[in-house]
Amino acid sequence: MSIMGTRVRRVEDPVFLTRGATYTDDLTDERLSGALHLTFVRSPMAHARITGVDTTAAREAPGVVAVITADEMDLEPTKHFPAVPDAMARPWLAKDTVRFVGEPVAAVLTEHAYQGEDAAELVEVDYDPLPAVTTLKQALADETLLFPEAGTNLAVAFGGEDEFSDDLFADCEVVVTQEIVNQRVAAAPLETRGAAAAWGEDGRVTLFASTQNAQQTKGEVAGWLGVDPGLVHVITPDVGGGFGAKIGADPEFALVAWLARHVGRPVRWNESRSENMTGMLQGRAQLQTITIGGNRDGKVLAYRLDVLADAGAYPRIGVALPTFTRMMAGGVYDIPKVETRARVLVTNTTSTGAYRGAGRPEATAAIERAIDLFAAEIGKDVAEVRKLNVPPPDAFPYTNKGGAQYDSGEYAKAIDTVLEAAGYQGLRAEQKARRERGEVLQLGIGLSCFVEITAGGMTAEDATVEVHPDGTVTVLTGTSPHGQGHATAWAMLASEKLGIPVEKITVKHGDTDLIPKGIGTMGSRSLQTGGVAVYQAAGELADLAKQRAADLLEANVDDLEVADGAVRVAGTGTSITLAELAEKDQLRIESHWDGQMPSFPFGAHLAVVELDIESGKAVVDRILTIDDAGTILNPLLAEGQRHGGIAQGIAQALLEEVVYDADGNPLTATFADYGIPSAAELPSFTLLTMETPTHLNPIGAKGIGEAGTIGATPAVQSAVCDAVAHLGIRHIDMPATPLRVWTAINAAQNGSDA
Amino acid sequence: MIPVGFAYERPSSVDGALALLAEHGEEASVMAGGHSLLPVMKLRLAAPELIIDISKLSELSYVKVDGDEVAIGAGTRHSTVERSDVLAAESPLLAGVARTVGDPQVRHRGTIGGSLAHADPASDLPAAVLALGGTVVLRSPRGTRSVPITEFFTGVFSTAKEPDELLVEIRVPRTGGAGWAYEKFTRRANDWAIVGVAVVDGRVGLVNMGQTPLRATATEEALAGGASIADAAALADQGTEPPEDLAGTKEYRRHLARVLTRRALTTAAGG
Ligand SMILES: Cc1cc2nc3c(=O)[nH]c(=O)nc-3n(C[C@H](O)[C@H](O)[C@H](O)COP(=O)(O)OP(=O)(O)OC[C@H]3O[C@@H](n4cnc5c(N)ncnc54)[C@H](O)[C@@H]3O)c2cc1C
Repeated sequence: MSIMGTRVRRVEDPVFLTRGATYTDDLTDERLSGALHLTFVRSPMAHARITGVDTTAAREAPGVVAVITADEMDLEPTKHFPAVPDAMARPWLAKDTVRFVGEPVAAVLTEHAYQGEDAAELVEVDYDPLPAVTTLKQALADETLLFPEAGTNLAVAFGGEDEFSDDLFADCEVVVTQEIVNQRVAAAPLETRGAAAAWGEDGRVTLFASTQNAQQTKGEVAGWLGVDPGLVHVITPDVGGGFGAKIGADPEFALVAWLARHVGRPVRWNESRSENMTGMLQGRAQLQTITIGGNRDGKVLAYRLDVLADAGAYPRIGVALPTFTRMMAGGVYDIPKVETRARVLVTNTTSTGAYRGAGRPEATAAIERAIDLFAAEIGKDVAEVRKLNVPPPDAFPYTNKGGAQYDSGEYAKAIDTVLEAAGYQGLRAEQKARRERGEVLQLGIGLSCFVEITAGGMTAEDATVEVHPDGTVTVLTGTSPHGQGHATAWAMLASEKLGIPVEKITVKHGDTDLIPKGIGTMGSRSLQTGGVAVYQAAGELADLAKQRAADLLEANVDDLEVADGAVRVAGTGTSITLAELAEKDQLRIESHWDGQMPSFPFGAHLAVVELDIESGKAVVDRILTIDDAGTILNPLLAEGQRHGGIAQGIAQALLEEVVYDADGNPLTATFADYGIPSAAELPSFTLLTMETPTHLNPIGAKGIGEAGTIGATPAVQSAVCDAVAHLGIRHIDMPATPLRVWTAINAAQNGSDA
Repeated sequence: MIPVGFAYERPSSVDGALALLAEHGEEASVMAGGHSLLPVMKLRLAAPELIIDISKLSELSYVKVDGDEVAIGAGTRHSTVERSDVLAAESPLLAGVARTVGDPQVRHRGTIGGSLAHADPASDLPAAVLALGGTVVLRSPRGTRSVPITEFFTGVFSTAKEPDELLVEIRVPRTGGAGWAYEKFTRRANDWAIVGVAVVDGRVGLVNMGQTPLRATATEEALAGGASIADAAALADQGTEPPEDLAGTKEYRRHLARVLTRRALTTAAGG
């Protein structure tokens, strides 16, 4: 029986649940013996000129080996995204100016970690405050510039003014426009950032780092240090979550390696939660203006999305994400005319990067809100309007207006499935009854339908599979699991081809000497790239084994089959095990897979909220989801991905927001203030099944890692708006906190304090 | 997130703790559950030179009936208060409020004395003791004194306790079967209250509506004068100066105080 599609339990978990994981901070590697601890002095100001740094007292504090400021560093400021103005390069330690709270200003190296915190307090930095730019509209006004030499706060523009035509909505009977906020959120992985570096006698550096991709980290760090990539060896221990914010190297990693070389001793660094909440890349942060037009019969004719995106102080990978937002702007809908543009601006805030969904949730949230507003305007049901505008199954492959080619999809079916499972008509009747009775707890129903892009841009991955003489198997992968369960899934894929049980298969990743080529884990890409590469390599290994066995068994290759870890002559008792073959000659295959095209998972989410109209508090009562990611390899793992994503999606809709005050001080830098959810804030999820395979790879799988954050957020936001729609409210921005909802209700009731 | 260095003592008796406090005064901090003290130390907002750990002093951990009152040792954990049979029968409000503090881990460390001594106006138990009209017992080498709870809280994080005094006991009246309710309004289950309202026997305590926990006196007087619950609750925010933060504006908190008071009074009345 095939192992594919079965609920194999995670082979990773016994260790995690007993001994515990080994994160970067837990390493006891002998290369790190005698390591110094790095503590950063970070800016408490969002925007200021540095007029003096006095390290005298700190240098004399107990345990201090070195205190480094920008003056002692020989690394040039570096741009972390190529297309931005040169002036927006980021210094490794701030020199003349600080541009966000949390920016590193000095580095303190001590024998023990606690000494670092004591000494860092003794570094005296004089700041001359500058006005802070904290909102996108302020940034756009260009009155205060973060980088005066750049002459603008605009980091990048995708699509110019001329992108927009005057007559886009000329044919429309109805046009609705709305400004909506896709708020800034924090990745907040349980393991904060960390790295450790040791230079060897051979002139090579071993860099242990908490990252989603060791190979990219190696290239980046080598480039930043100006050394040959061959001199950098990156090792990724267990990684406690990344959510996109651990893609590639952080500038701090280069500092760790540079400092280790500078002082001639290993250096390790692990940040605190407070540092993480201001230092790690944050997500989303778009201000969107949507305009949608169509006819009263429900047909949407034109859509415009105008995006202002926040790069934070120093442009990093977040700058690129609006390209995904633009590409996916039209969502699941077949809209004749779609226009988009995005302007990415610098502000005195933490830099932005990828965050679970990375550009696509922003697109989905916008178009789903637009469809809701349009439906409300013409007085039609939101589900009906959606179904009226999606392309039929026979329209696939379907090229959207952003140029993306959707491989497969059955959008109307996804919508119908959630509607039916939820008992949509019954919910509407219940809602009507509660409205008529004027109940305090009102019901809101929100529907979203989404399509997203997975393995976007990076469709290839490498894998090596080797069977050893003892019958065990090693799989080397270029992906970089940090919670996804690749050790289990990749073992299943090898097991399927070799007939060797998963317990005997070890999956290795994240060591650039062992695995020089790899792209890593992000963008819901791993199974359809790295997993398929393993599947292909194992298949090729089975073929190789058959060829070798043909001679030994004096049989025709066509009569041979691989099963139960052996090559058998079909229909006879004659066989030779793969282990025996490996004993004679190394049995190992390196394989490269390239799916060429990204895939487009889709789905529909239906959320039901109960909203206390006196207090404004909304609680998700039910959420039902279709997350169609093609053929499912392991339902247990897929459900885990959906659960986590839905939780994060609900949290963006209701709870999470990184907030700065007008001076650029972060107001949400602890878990007491930042609204990450716990199980208590979430209902049980109803996961519905739909599997529409892709033709792009032999296992039919698309990505599933980000579906939850893409579908759940707009469904929940829509449900909140729906719960108060009868009060004349059309839109409430996220997160729909009790305060925000109450404020909207209060305003709708003519500003009277109910 | 590493505190400034400090000395640590764990006296084996209340008298030992008092002697240390007398010797070190304001340089020392008593640590009970540590769940308010340690976070501020880790953020380096507090840097006591000496920590006097009283968390293991069993003589401070008890709940017992004493005449018309229930006496609770200051070192009694929230989890014990929450589960106490004595309180369930004699002062169920206190047990009910303790149940809403943080999460199980917090409740297994934090103490009622620590919560009162810390005097965070956003904390739950101070307003409950205020609604109950309790008393706190303070001891120092100079002697023991009782302070009515109405005189104990003097401002945000400040109380009538002198630096050399230890809070040793909290006393609350036996309210028995009198109606009670606690309405704690939060965004997340384990958050501090945006606003909380504790009601018992016609008295109303407000959480996070000013510099200290407050009594909704206008509401109490209206009720005593025979006003309806709705009319009395509409006065709940009178005389309050609520804080303003991300979770709520002044206006929103005033509104919540009125709504939650109405709900709590209704529940307490058996409605
Ligand atoms: C994650 C988290 C969530 C929380 N959520 C809530 C919540 O929802 N509601 C709520 O009310 N609280 C909450 N708390 C606070 C918690 O209840 C604390 O335990 C409590 O406020 C302080 O009690 P403690 O015993 O830990 O005191 P400590 O932290 O040990 O001490 C606090 C202060 O009181 C002083 N002190 C302590 N005991 C005495 C004494 N006997 N005599 C004199 N001075 C003393 C100390 O010197 C210190 O200044 C939360 C705490 C955490 C960490």
